[in-house]
Amino acid sequence: MHFTYNVEGGNFTRAGYASSEIKKILKQLNVDLAIIKRTVVASYEAEVNIVAHAYSGTIFVDITPETILIKFVDEGPGIPDIAMAMKEGFSTATSKVREMGFGAGMGLPNIRKNVDNMNITSEVGKGTVLELTMYLQ
Amino acid sequence: MAEKYFHHALKFRREVCIGCSHCMNVCPTQAIRIHSGKAELTDNRCVDCGKCYMACPVGAIIVEQDDFSQIFMYRHRIALIPGVLLGQFPGKVTNMQIYSVLLDMGFTEVEEVEKGTGILRMAMDSYLQENHHLKPLISSFCPAIVRLIQVRFPSLTENIMLLKAPLDVTATYIRKKYAEMGVDPKEVGIYYITPCAAKIAAVKSPVGDKFSQIDGVINMDVIFNKVYTAMKQGFAGKNQCSLPVSAPLKPFQQLWTLTEGEASLFPGRSLAIDEISNVIEFLEKLENEETCDINFLELRACDQSCAGGILASGNRFFTVERLRKTAIETAAKEDTKVVEASNDILNHTQHLLQNMAVSKVLPRAMDKLDEDMKMAMLKMQMVREIMKTLPYVDCGLCGAPTCRALAQDIVQGKAKITNCIFIQKKYEQKNWLNPQETMDILKQVWGDDKFTDPDNTKFVTL
Repeated sequence: MHFTYNVEGGNFTRAGYASSEIKKILKQLNVDLAIIKRTVVASYEAEVNIVAHAYSGTIFVDITPETILIKFVDEGPGIPDIAMAMKEGFSTATSKVREMGFGAGMGLPNIRKNVDNMNITSEVGKGTVLELTMYLQ
Repeated sequence: MAEKYFHHALKFRREVCIGCSHCMNVCPTQAIRIHSGKAELTDNRCVDCGKCYMACPVGAIIVEQDDFSQIFMYRHRIALIPGVLLGQFPGKVTNMQIYSVLLDMGFTEVEEVEKGTGILRMAMDSYLQENHHLKPLISSFCPAIVRLIQVRFPSLTENIMLLKAPLDVTATYIRKKYAEMGVDPKEVGIYYITPCAAKIAAVKSPVGDKFSQIDGVINMDVIFNKVYTAMKQGFAGKNQCSLPVSAPLKPFQQLWTLTEGEASLFPGRSLAIDEISNVIEFLEKLENEETCDINFLELRACDQSCAGGILASGNRFFTVERLRKTAIETAAKEDTKVVEASNDILNHTQHLLQNMAVSKVLPRAMDKLDEDMKMAMLKMQMVREIMKTLPYVDCGLCGAPTCRALAQDIVQGKAKITNCIFIQKKYEQKNWLNPQETMDILKQVWGDDKFTDPDNTKFVTL
């Protein structure tokens, strides 16, 4: 099953909407509660990343009885050094973003911790593609 | 699948129901549908919040209570009264006057529900410290909220504090007290005067506890009427009471059941949220985040917490104001003279703390479309297809509260797409249904009565 959500950069009022929708879908599909929790935490973090750093983005969700695949594609500045961004505590979030409770510098490592597989590619000046996979069996 | 999880205190009286669907439209868990002109409840979705009871214009929904005469099966008949009862009355009513009315009714002792909150507070304090890793911890106080979390937010069940509610702590104390007096437990009957339906349901089928300490419940409006009548008659002969009236509870105990009653007591960040839609909105958000800076959540299903209980007769805002005022007065007295009477419950602190725990609260997810994920996916696909044809108006004329609810009912085989009045009109245009057939469908949902004209009325032309 496929679902697509658009994400607007800089608009924190709606940040988390797509992740909430994904959560509702997974609940209806009777996915294991622990898996829902990990998926939604990771998805929420990734969604907020787009809002915080990119101009716009799209979330593609693909669910089969075997896997949940969520792909975050954004148009934005990209990540110059992915290895650095993967380090615990690294954050480029502005102080304004931090005040809203987002961006504690645990973005990518935290996402990786919660998912079964994570794949990230980025092109500076163009954008980032983040793919998350959860195995259901 | 059809296993019944919960006992419900709310009963729908078919013979009184006029099928107006007011209840269906206010139900926060979408547990109500209309069939044959009558409201019908899906048991496992209902959390006993009582929104439907408040919305019903004809009193078709009632709150079940025990036959009052049952109390006489016991030699010792104890009435457990909630603090909000005292805040119901416009004039000054003393504890003693209320006790005297209860005595007249046949009770032999009266105890305040919040008496156990002092010891509960200690237990909560240490629970919060010991279970820091589970934050935010959610109070187990409101039974409607506990059930809401079970059905709508199952992943948060582990955050619910596994401690007794004040009612059960105080009841445990009473049982211990009588046991120490050498009284046969079978001779002790504890009756709870309840401000809401959820508490009744919790007494009849406790979540996380094997059995309840309470023998029966009496709705608070019944007692309100008795006291109010006595008040209007000037409490003739009721200003004396042979029952010992204990010293007033501490101010924090008096305010426990109001909003902020618990949240204001604990160190660290706490939040108090009342009214079930507010709670749902907040829990939706909470579920998305892994980390949360809040240590403690006090969540109550009713606006103004128990002061807004569905069996409360007084205006909830006045009730809150009166109780706060009384608490301030008590606090002032505490300053001037030491009130240390009737602290018998403190003698049982150890026993109560040892019996404070309840077992794990289990998730009972009700959102799933099917147990089997492949089947659930198929059904979800069907829901999406059906939603493309429905109007998104949520008019409720199909007998379901929203278009999405109808779509889900259809895939579960509980409704037909032609229940939708927009679809009916479209089908009429295409000659797939004739007016008689669409009328028959409407009658299946709303009953025949709404479509028959009384014999002697003439059509009024405007």
